[in-house]
Amino acid sequence: MDFKFTEDQEMLRAAFKEFVDAEVAPHAAEWDEEDRCPVELWPKMAELGINGLFAPEQYGGVGLGQVERMIAMEEIARHSAGLAIAMFTHHLAVKAFDFAGTDEQNKKYLIPLCDGSKIGGVAVTEPGGGSDMMGHKTTAELKDGKWILNGRKCFITNSHTADITVVTARTGEDAKGRPQLSAFIVEKGTPGFAPGRKENKLGLRGSTTGDLILDNVELTEDKLLGKIGQGGAIAMNAIGVCGRGSIAAMTTGILRGCLEDSVKFAQERIVYGKPIAKLQAIQFHIAENRIDYEAQKLLAYRAASIYDAGETKNLTNFSIAKHHGTEAACRAAKRTIELMGGYGVINEYAVGRYLRDSLALISAGGTSEIQRIIVAGDTLSQWS
Amino acid sequence: MSLNIAVCMKPVPDPDKYNLLKIDPVTKRLVREGIPTIINPSDKNALEAALKIKEKLGGKVVVISMAPPNGVDKLKECLAMGADEAYLLSDMAFGGADTWATSYTLMKGLEKIGQFDLVLAGHDSADGATSHVPSQLGEWMDYTHIAGVQNIEVEDATKAIVKRRIENGYIEYEVGFPAVIAVERGSNVPRFISAMGIIKAKNKPLVVYGLNDLDVDKEKLGLVGSPTQPGEMYTMELKRESTQIEGEPEEIAVKTIEILRKAGINL
Repeated sequence: MDFKFTEDQEMLRAAFKEFVDAEVAPHAAEWDEEDRCPVELWPKMAELGINGLFAPEQYGGVGLGQVERMIAMEEIARHSAGLAIAMFTHHLAVKAFDFAGTDEQNKKYLIPLCDGSKIGGVAVTEPGGGSDMMGHKTTAELKDGKWILNGRKCFITNSHTADITVVTARTGEDAKGRPQLSAFIVEKGTPGFAPGRKENKLGLRGSTTGDLILDNVELTEDKLLGKIGQGGAIAMNAIGVCGRGSIAAMTTGILRGCLEDSVKFAQERIVYGKPIAKLQAIQFHIAENRIDYEAQKLLAYRAASIYDAGETKNLTNFSIAKHHGTEAACRAAKRTIELMGGYGVINEYAVGRYLRDSLALISAGGTSEIQRIIVAGDTLSQWS
Repeated sequence: MSLNIAVCMKPVPDPDKYNLLKIDPVTKRLVREGIPTIINPSDKNALEAALKIKEKLGGKVVVISMAPPNGVDKLKECLAMGADEAYLLSDMAFGGADTWATSYTLMKGLEKIGQFDLVLAGHDSADGATSHVPSQLGEWMDYTHIAGVQNIEVEDATKAIVKRRIENGYIEYEVGFPAVIAVERGSNVPRFISAMGIIKAKNKPLVVYGLNDLDVDKEKLGLVGSPTQPGEMYTMELKRESTQIEGEPEEIAVKTIEILRKAGINL
């Protein structure tokens, strides 16, 4: 077992860090304050290869794995979890095409998603709940060779910015009478398809989240992604790998932020004539931040490494890393605020944003309770 | 029409780690071991300028560096940025070189690699900052050389129009090839390394030459071949004292002025 990143992965991290330090870090607070997604960075991130990092080279991707993708997520989230969630939602769309797209569909949609000219999104969640996929209300009916979609999606990241959105809809029932879900490619500007309410979120404010309205949206048959009834699998594959994997990586980035900021503050803040880093009570906070960060880093990259090694069916490791990451990031951000005393609640410091972003990440990609259900189910089946 | 361009690159200590730098009390040289390095910033500008010229006119960009063996890491970064080939000149015999011996070794390395129309380098290094090497290299190679360059325009394979910084503006020069041009830091925005660049770099030539690979005069290499002999070096000791002055405000003011005058401050 090797816990070291490869030389190429280290070089990739350094390249992403250089980009983030120059183009993301100086503006992260401003995007958070303005609640604005910096879509202008899409072409720049594509030049680095981030947009299609794991997509096949034949469709403009780089052909790397989830470890490399998560390195990008961690580095972006170190300074802007909002931008990171916007990019990982883009990755959900890339993953959906990679999983189920035909050659023709991939040439038409995956290439522009990789080259930075288009932004991607995936719309699954409905007012009835995100994880209750069987309770889907959005419908797609095939009439005269056209799919007609009706419904409303909510809490959709990139709702107002995505050019290409993969939308799940109910297309009937399976043999057991359960809702049959299918996935459709819906382009911005399609008649009847429009963003609705834009949410004013607690955290992840460098991304756009809102409703998507489907009002008699008419799609040609080639807009069906994958087979009829494959929508649930497409969504769960994208969310299970790119979604939870991204959140595991993003919380690694936030935890690193807590650690770096707590060390810097503790060494610079002088109280009673000496840096507070000399106080054992403060050292305990720093040690706990370090432990949370190191544990999360191991869990996140272990999950990705196992997936890249070919174990792609059981995604429980991403759930474990996602669960631990969000809980640990919340703990560490709160702890760092406490370490910083009064300064911790001043918005000039990023730590308040770390806490808001961590809290917002708990519900993204399935709540902690959903992750526990997944982990419990896997444990009872594997360990009995 | 295409150009063969060489870029000189020096790995320098990461400025974020300058607090770890030490000076060897015997050789008076920087002790760089164990300190992470970066591509010297103005060398990165030189590489960016070279890549832009290549994109316009075609040709080849070769990066050369004289450094310890771990210099290959920075050369790999140069290849990932877009350079076509990289060469590291590394040998204990090259160690401790001043700028004269360094430029001689670089010249011999370039001579071994091939013929170049244009050699680009950073104007100065972030650690030594002498700005000697590019001009010395031009002299060794008998190439036209110019330093302090802010902008390079190359229309064909025979000459460049360069802007050289002066105190209140620029002087424009027409520089015939072959030439050595030293590029200033900040003269362009170096491209970010891309994921695809890192993958492609793995298949590009990265060659290490040692003493026995070059046709050199050993007396001109390294510490032995360096005419520069650093003098004594001292570390300034900064001490702080604190004195509590008591009394009425006016008395405190008078005493404070007395103390400051005693300390040599003219009031």
